[in-house]
Amino acid sequence: MKAFKTLIATAAAALVTGSALADITIGISLPLSGPASGLGIPMGNQIKLWPTSIAGEKLKVIVLDDATDPTNGVKNAKRFVTEDKADIIMGSAATPVAIPMAAVAAEAETVQIAFSPAVLPPGKDAWTFRLPQSNDVMAHAMVALMKKQGVKTVGFLGYTDAYGESWLKEFTAQANANGIKLIGTERFARSDTSVTAQALKLVAANPDAMLIVASGSGAAMPHMAVVDRGYKGKIYQTHAAASRDLMRVGGKAVEGAYVVSGPAVIAEQLPDSHPSKKVAIDFVQQYEKAYGPGSRNQFAGHSYDAVLILEKVVPVALKKGKPGTKEFRAALRDAMETMGRTVVSHGVLNWTHDNHWGFTNETGVMLKVVNGDWKVE
Amino acid sequence: MDFSIASILLLDGITNGAVYALLGLATVLVFSVTRVIFIPQGEFVAYGALTLAIFQTGKVPGTVWLLLIMAVLAALMDARLSWQHTGDAKRALKAGLSALAAPLVVSLLSIWAAPHQLPLLVQALLTVAIVTAFGPLVYRLAYQSLADASSLVLLIVSVGVHFAMTGLGLLFFGAEGFRNPSFWDERLNLGPLAITGQAIIIVLTSLAMIVLLWQFFNRTLYGKALQATAVNRLGARLMGISTHGAGQATFAMAALIGALSGLLIGPTTTVFYDSGFLIGLKGFVAAVMGGLHSYPLAALGALFVGLVESFGSFWASAFKEVIVFTLVLPILLWRSVAGGNEEEH
Repeated sequence: MKAFKTLIATAAAALVTGSALADITIGISLPLSGPASGLGIPMGNQIKLWPTSIAGEKLKVIVLDDATDPTNGVKNAKRFVTEDKADIIMGSAATPVAIPMAAVAAEAETVQIAFSPAVLPPGKDAWTFRLPQSNDVMAHAMVALMKKQGVKTVGFLGYTDAYGESWLKEFTAQANANGIKLIGTERFARSDTSVTAQALKLVAANPDAMLIVASGSGAAMPHMAVVDRGYKGKIYQTHAAASRDLMRVGGKAVEGAYVVSGPAVIAEQLPDSHPSKKVAIDFVQQYEKAYGPGSRNQFAGHSYDAVLILEKVVPVALKKGKPGTKEFRAALRDAMETMGRTVVSHGVLNWTHDNHWGFTNETGVMLKVVNGDWKVE
Repeated sequence: MDFSIASILLLDGITNGAVYALLGLATVLVFSVTRVIFIPQGEFVAYGALTLAIFQTGKVPGTVWLLLIMAVLAALMDARLSWQHTGDAKRALKAGLSALAAPLVVSLLSIWAAPHQLPLLVQALLTVAIVTAFGPLVYRLAYQSLADASSLVLLIVSVGVHFAMTGLGLLFFGAEGFRNPSFWDERLNLGPLAITGQAIIIVLTSLAMIVLLWQFFNRTLYGKALQATAVNRLGARLMGISTHGAGQATFAMAALIGALSGLLIGPTTTVFYDSGFLIGLKGFVAAVMGGLHSYPLAALGALFVGLVESFGSFWASAFKEVIVFTLVLPILLWRSVAGGNEEEH
């Protein structure tokens, strides 16, 4: 519905200006419905606040809904490259959707900015750049805190999908390196109504800490199940859970939870020395002015950061080619690989030819839920 | 696994199974009267839980507006149909108004009640009224004119209705989930087992509904009339049974059961706008175990699904869904071998 409206709006805008050919076309596929819509909708909200032109070139932004369905994501991506002759593809916010989209982007030699930590085999990500922090970077911050708190054993309760699996892999590697042992691994689906059995098994193993890998308000249910079964240890959550919905649904049960997050969510609490502080505050003010106080979240931050990247790379690429051409698309990629340290609201990005992940290990911030609010740990 | 773990899993399985049983019953009910395989049954569950959640925040749930729109459409359709048949403007107007009346009353009451923060029980009753009112309207708008079509056509319509209802759910309730307050906060501690008041309510409500439905269809004239339309629509009509009325009544009952299930499950889990589908699907698996016609068998099947799910997630959580849905294969196989060639009614 929203995608349709955007389509109409962009089509109308194109008719009015009459110079659609020279515009920079950006095709964005977001999960505006389906299980990951909690991630996609705030991103779409922030996209509505985007500037209409960058470096003097008009932006033609096409937002389509992929319904958290990989098939739809691929369909959208194909549409972007064949019908719309997009200069850049963005999306999706759901990892399982972003991964197959990368193949389309690579084939069409079009830059893809993924809004999710999509893990791809080496070489397959030549045209894909990830905007969110890698799970690896986030696990780094989490494991560091666990080590500091003397956690020795951890139980894992996560989604049975690409997001859960990726966290399991990255976390296990870092935990092992720091002498922390994973003593239980249980899965659940986003649509499950009960995780009592999994919680039961993990609590019986009695680990020092529990790691829950889930997103948005869906992260509250496994958390409550573990607490309900009488678990008294520390509970950790990933950055997909770093939204206020965790407290709204979880209430008292999520008090004291540790949540890893990008810096944008707690802009005001960042120390002045943090490089992202100013940008993060800009983002928070812009978003909350439009959508109300307390509405900020991890994902809208990624949409905000996408513009910062464009503002940096588009002027460079414009010197080498006109929008809509193959040269321009290749120049965009080169510009992104050579853009150097770039401060965004979620940290400092530094993409290189060999590393399309970008964020450094200082990016992750550990938050604690105290009295229904975030507190930097 | 020791006894205490087994008993907790057992309790969890029974509580979930009881909700699946309700949905299984509704599926059997709708299929046996209208031959519609009603995929959107689960959507009523999500609508029920989420409508109550929105009432809790003191706002008017979006479902109320949908109800009004659907009621106006149904009224127009009824009026037009009556006009075509009789050519009498007064009767056409009356037909339209009678379709509009109940949803209008429920909607106005909800709009008035929403900002008053009434007690939970009153809000729950309103929720049930709203969702129940959807039932006949869904039948009127989507199925009634196709009542004589084949089961396959009706199934395809069901898929369409399912997608429409999920999409509208996203529009009304947003992407994030809600959790409702418990109706009964009691906790009974029996050794390792902590039985919550909500679990007791779930099991008792489910049991009561099963007995009621079973008795309704076997003992009452109206229930038998409903069954008659399932067996032979033309024959039933010749006997003076309104098949359209039967369809609408059945859908109202299915929506009522769905709303009840939503209220029951709301406090035990986070309900999203699209949570209903999978819950409904498990109810459907249960109904298939009952051959889509037997209430007691469907209820037993639901209990079985709940238990398999609970123990399955304990032993192999990554494969739980696979286990639950694979279950239906041997049963279908057995039914096709043992049941022979049952012709489609």
